[in-house]
Amino acid sequence: MNIKIQNLTKRYGEQKAVDDISFEVKTGEILGFLGPNGAGKTTTMKLITNFLEVQEGDIIINGKSVKGHADTLKRHIGYLPEHNPLYTDMAVLDYLAFCAALQQVPKNTIPNKVREMVRLCGLDREKHKRINELSKGYRQRVGLAQAMIHDPEILILDEPTTGLDPNQIVEIRELIRQLGRQKTVILSTHILPEVEATCDRILIINKGKIVADGTSATLRKQAQGKEVLRVQIEDGENETVYDALQNVYTTELIDIVDTAKNVFEIQSVADMSSKREIFKLCAEKGWVLTEMTALETKLEDIFRDLTLN
Amino acid sequence: MNPIWTITKRELASFFDSLIAYILLIIFLGFCGIFTWLTGSDIFLMGQASLQGFFNIAIWVLLFFVPALTMRMVAEEKKSGTIELLLTKAVTDRQLVIGKFLACLLLVIIALLFTLPYYISVSMLGNIDHGATWCGYLGLTLMGAAYIAIGLFASSITDNQIVAFLLAITFGVVFMVVLGFVGNSLPGFIGETLSYLDFRGHFGSMARGVIDTKDVVYFLSVTALGLLLTEVIIGRLRT
Repeated sequence: MNIKIQNLTKRYGEQKAVDDISFEVKTGEILGFLGPNGAGKTTTMKLITNFLEVQEGDIIINGKSVKGHADTLKRHIGYLPEHNPLYTDMAVLDYLAFCAALQQVPKNTIPNKVREMVRLCGLDREKHKRINELSKGYRQRVGLAQAMIHDPEILILDEPTTGLDPNQIVEIRELIRQLGRQKTVILSTHILPEVEATCDRILIINKGKIVADGTSATLRKQAQGKEVLRVQIEDGENETVYDALQNVYTTELIDIVDTAKNVFEIQSVADMSSKREIFKLCAEKGWVLTEMTALETKLEDIFRDLTLN
Repeated sequence: MNPIWTITKRELASFFDSLIAYILLIIFLGFCGIFTWLTGSDIFLMGQASLQGFFNIAIWVLLFFVPALTMRMVAEEKKSGTIELLLTKAVTDRQLVIGKFLACLLLVIIALLFTLPYYISVSMLGNIDHGATWCGYLGLTLMGAAYIAIGLFASSITDNQIVAFLLAITFGVVFMVVLGFVGNSLPGFIGETLSYLDFRGHFGSMARGVIDTKDVVYFLSVTALGLLLTEVIIGRLRT
């Protein structure tokens, strides 16, 4: 199911939590929603899941507007809210069965569905416990299980890996990636490596507006089109090497990282690569090139660039 | 399965799992029992095989019993955030409200069923007016329904259970005492209207064995209005 968001705006009094955003997510796509606290991620998710009513703009799911079709569309959406609210007085199995029944899963298939979710989310040992006896990580799994129990075409996950230990994070990411092949997934997170590991596409939102949209590779390119190389050259005098590098026509900026070991960071002129020229230079001068690494702009830097203004 | 019934079942299970149901049933039966059989205007003093005394007590006990049931219904969901879970599932706001209403109503009916031994005992003591007694039970159920709707409304406008409880009792007292009192002391149309809205007048005639459509419609209207307002308040969470 495709989700199309058109000029969506949400006001809380005077303040705009979401400010005229538009984007589209297609089936089989995992969209990572990034942004600082209060950027409007959760509000957007609440609007898509129809917890909040759309007042300005529109959300079209599978060709139907959420205005007027909310009650039929909700059945196709699985939602894990931000703080993962649960009926803590219920046992895991009862709770999952309750959620399945609410999402109109046919009664005779509910036990199978519950069993499947318990297996998928690794809840087998905890399934008879009450939810208030579970640790945070297991509660998060229960939250994920309730979101997926009716096999929804759309999954909206608000910070799905908070509270999980590193092993669980890897498992959940893997699970989301698997599910994402047939479903439309939107997930929000603060953890940047997570987006890179899980998502096909990244949307960065700040102060209610979209500031970047694309794969992590295209975002990198957008943020900094210039190549940065880390180079170590042995057998040369530091200053001579520095001067020689500066004379290479493809280089723009040279930083000395380590004088003793002759380590430099070289930024190339836009749309040019200095790799071949540096290699040629070393060969010419008889220097030994012991390291040449292309440095990638970190997603953290892109994020900071786009959201700190 | 119908979502209304799914919600009703969960709420009922939660009443019984958390012991709330047992405690409230014991309190309800305790108070009704003491004041019907042992002290106050007790049955043996009246010299009549009638449950009138019990009915007069029960309407007051329900005034406290029902708010204790309804106080957590919406307030707790709002506080813990589970309302977000419910409202994003394939359930309409109306189904949610009706589901919760039915759970409370079933518990009130269970409480009333436990008083049937009173009926049986009294009917063995003398010539009881069966019609009047069943009418009284119907009146109690209708009044319970109205209390529940008022309680749900009180619970929906706050996220604090204690506030919801106190508000529900206050609204109940308004319908039980204040309206009648103010209505009687005011002349003309306003006075009559306010007196008409009084719970006790409508219940009184039912407990005497008179089923007047007016009374039934009155209780059903209060119930419907309370539920509708609750639905509206829940809908406003979406804005």
